[in-house]
Amino acid sequence: MSVMTKKRPKNLDLTTIKLPVPGIVSILHRISGALLFLIGIPLLLFTLQSVMGNPSDFQIIQTLYDNFLIKLVLLTILWSFLHHFCAGIRYLLLDMHIGIELAGARLSSMVVLAVSIILTILIGVKLW
Amino acid sequence: MVKRVIVGAHYGLKDWVIQRVSAVVMALYTIVFCLTALINNKFSYQDLHQIFSNRFVKITTLLFFISLLLHAWIGIRDIFMDYIKPTSLRFLLQVSVIIALSGYGIWALLILWS
Repeated sequence: MSVMTKKRPKNLDLTTIKLPVPGIVSILHRISGALLFLIGIPLLLFTLQSVMGNPSDFQIIQTLYDNFLIKLVLLTILWSFLHHFCAGIRYLLLDMHIGIELAGARLSSMVVLAVSIILTILIGVKLW
Repeated sequence: MVKRVIVGAHYGLKDWVIQRVSAVVMALYTIVFCLTALINNKFSYQDLHQIFSNRFVKITTLLFFISLLLHAWIGIRDIFMDYIKPTSLRFLLQVSVIIALSGYGIWALLILWS
């Protein structure tokens, strides 16, 4: 019984604890997924609609997407997609028991973070 | 020791499978689309318009959207189940998401075949 009531060390001080990198990738996977639902899907449909419409529709979104603020939104969605994509592949591999050891899981989460940011910059530069 | 009979209820196995299958479908579609567009450098209105006028592309794009809507539904529902505790609010939000996603599906269908 003494074991049950034993005081265990507890640290919930948010200034001294931090989320490990796999945890950061996990919460970003959720946030990016929410962004893709809220902005990504309507944006994708809007863009596809203008591609399937007549050339003047396409002209309108081209000028619209030239706007600096809209470019920032597009860049955010691009990152959301790339992060969600890379993290998703990592989860599929984890499901197949690939890279489930601590060191491997930590490394792959860092790779996901880095690759999605680098690809966002590369594609962003190429598009503009 | 809790003896839980796990036959009958599937504890979300179906959703778990749908989430992964839809992810693979979308990933394959995206990779093939991006690679062909990048290799052939087809980004102009004429190129894209022509690509999406092809019936095979239309059908695979619709399959992509079906996967997307199922995937989005399971993902958003999981977020609501984790953070939205009042049942009435969660119900309202979930119904709104289902209506929105159904609308997006109809929109995609109309874009592709009209």
